[in-house]
Amino acid sequence: MEKRVTFKGIWLPLLLVLPQIAITAVFFFYPAGQAIWQSLFIPDPFGLSMQYVGLGNFEFLFSDPFYRASFLTTAIFSILVTVVSMGIALYLAVLADRLIKGSGVYRTLLIWPYAVAPAVAGVLWLFMFNTRVGVVTWYLGLLGYDWNHVLNGEEAMGLVVVASAWGRISYNFLFFLAGLQAIPKSVIEAAAIDGAHFWTRFRTIVFPLLSPTTFFLLVVNIVYAFFETFGVIHTITSGGPQQSTTILVYKVYSDGFVGQDLGSSAAQSVVLLVIVGLLTIVQFKFIERRVHY
Amino acid sequence: MATVSLKNIKKSFGKTDVIHGVDIDIQEGEFIVIVGPSGCGKSTLLRMVAGLETITAGEVHIDDRKVNDLEPMERDIAMVFQNYALYPHMTVAQNMGYGLKIAGRPKDEIADRVDTAAKLLQLEPYLDRRPRELSGGQRQRVAMGRAIVRKPAVFLFDEPLSNLDAKLRVQMRLEIKQLQRRLGVTSLYVTHDQVEAMTLADRMIVMNAGRADQIGAPLEIYANPATEFVAGFIGSPPTNFFSADLVQTPQTDAKTLGVRPEHMEIVTENARLSGEVLYCEALGAETLVHVRVPNEQVLTVRQSAEKPQPSEGTPIGLNWSANDQMGFDENGKRR
Ligand SMILES: Nc1ncnc2c1ncn2[C@@H]1O[C@H](COP(=O)(O)OP(=O)(O)OP(=O)(O)O)[C@@H](O)[C@H]1O
Ligand SMILES: [Mg+2]
Repeated sequence: MEKRVTFKGIWLPLLLVLPQIAITAVFFFYPAGQAIWQSLFIPDPFGLSMQYVGLGNFEFLFSDPFYRASFLTTAIFSILVTVVSMGIALYLAVLADRLIKGSGVYRTLLIWPYAVAPAVAGVLWLFMFNTRVGVVTWYLGLLGYDWNHVLNGEEAMGLVVVASAWGRISYNFLFFLAGLQAIPKSVIEAAAIDGAHFWTRFRTIVFPLLSPTTFFLLVVNIVYAFFETFGVIHTITSGGPQQSTTILVYKVYSDGFVGQDLGSSAAQSVVLLVIVGLLTIVQFKFIERRVHY
Repeated sequence: MATVSLKNIKKSFGKTDVIHGVDIDIQEGEFIVIVGPSGCGKSTLLRMVAGLETITAGEVHIDDRKVNDLEPMERDIAMVFQNYALYPHMTVAQNMGYGLKIAGRPKDEIADRVDTAAKLLQLEPYLDRRPRELSGGQRQRVAMGRAIVRKPAVFLFDEPLSNLDAKLRVQMRLEIKQLQRRLGVTSLYVTHDQVEAMTLADRMIVMNAGRADQIGAPLEIYANPATEFVAGFIGSPPTNFFSADLVQTPQTDAKTLGVRPEHMEIVTENARLSGEVLYCEALGAETLVHVRVPNEQVLTVRQSAEKPQPSEGTPIGLNWSANDQMGFDENGKRR
């Protein structure tokens, strides 16, 4: 049984949660409320007056082919980031789990990228793939491949995916490794005695037992790819070329702050708000029904 | 069914030597129990036979086949773990059939063999449950079932009953014994519980700090312990040991003498040792009398409950037959 701390009065607990509530109110409820409010209006270009348009901004938004394209871009981007970062992390975690000696060193080295801010990571990768002076570009050139993510949308997507996934590998790795180490060694040994070789064991025992971790990471990584990759995209491609890397979050910024279309930008924020809400519900549902073997 | 032989098996973890050379030839269908205190290397020895630990030196043969370098799955063994090691995401039936499924056996054969094993172990009502929905005893049975379904040549057990309560342990002990008799599969069984060892074993290996102090039939070992350690470990309450100079009847080459509590008798005359009653423990059928002897040591006498129970502080004498007296030299070897 869980031990619950109980308070006698109402005032102390209220006082204790007050700072958190205040922060949430100032940095979340207030701007979110404003976004919802603004999404119902179109301001004039000078910001002096606003005209009420009801759901007009949303109607316009969903009929806008660029916005729909951005949805597709976001989907491709998030799936790629999630699959790449989780796949590599799982592979590394399996290797680290098999190590008996030196796994501490391995782990520490793998955690480092997580400490690098997304924008900095973006710049780092940008330098390596710089079309004129990038090291990787130069080597690719030697191999006869002409890398130019400034012109080629697919290459741009590839680069932002790699840069975004890179920092996530550490995070996913830690969770996967913890998940792997929580599997009793004797279960793996029993499977080995039962005749299962490494790959069979992984497929039939390890991976199923890891599924709670995998599902958790899936949600967390999708949320990351949706909302926290702004810095990477902003530093590497600024959403280009031709909007090929403009994910929804970036579009909010570029339409609102660059394009000065505040009404549409607010409406887009509201759409994102709904998406976060849905993802959160999925996650909570999962945590409630979390499978305990 | 198979023979198993261990030839001078040694194991080191890095620089620490854990097993210092164990030899035994196990007959077909024999039930061998490896018994010893915690940390003496029982599990390590068993795991080397299973192929879960590398063998530092020596050879393991299963049916004349040297298995040192074979993977666990190539050794034709099955193992029951202390924590059962069931696959938590599979049903009881899937747990038991896993090995056969991996081996690519046809579905109806798997179902058949699982059903047979389930019947044998009274697991039929639980075939669709998952391990977490079972009691400890039932999980234990599933682990047994998983072992027998594959019809291996050798069963290995690592303290399979130590997570069960005392009553269930006695019941499962009996079941394991009967099952092994019925199937006739050569078995190696690790335990630190000497009662389990005595009741299950055809022969037992008494291990002490990585060495096999004695190998033999339970009663033979009880009657004739080879070392001071074995005499102290097998038998409950443990053998009384005391310095040889304490008694008049000298056994010249022995430094320490050992007499089992059940072989000591409280007497009023012709005492070999005199002492004073410290306290009595009445257990119902028998009474343990703890006696303080001149060098302040406390010895235990086990006597039937019908005998008069001496009151605390009474001076008494202790006697035993010369045949029951065991002498040990300074290295603990039997003289
Ligand atoms: N992987 C390992 N690395 C280093 N030392 C080990 C390892 N496994 C076991 N040992 C050591 O080997 C010795 C024997 O261990 P083992 O597990 O065989 O004991 P045991 O007789 O089974 O004890 P128990 O009754 O507590 O299970 C112990 O001293 C233990 O510390
Ligand atoms: Mg052990």
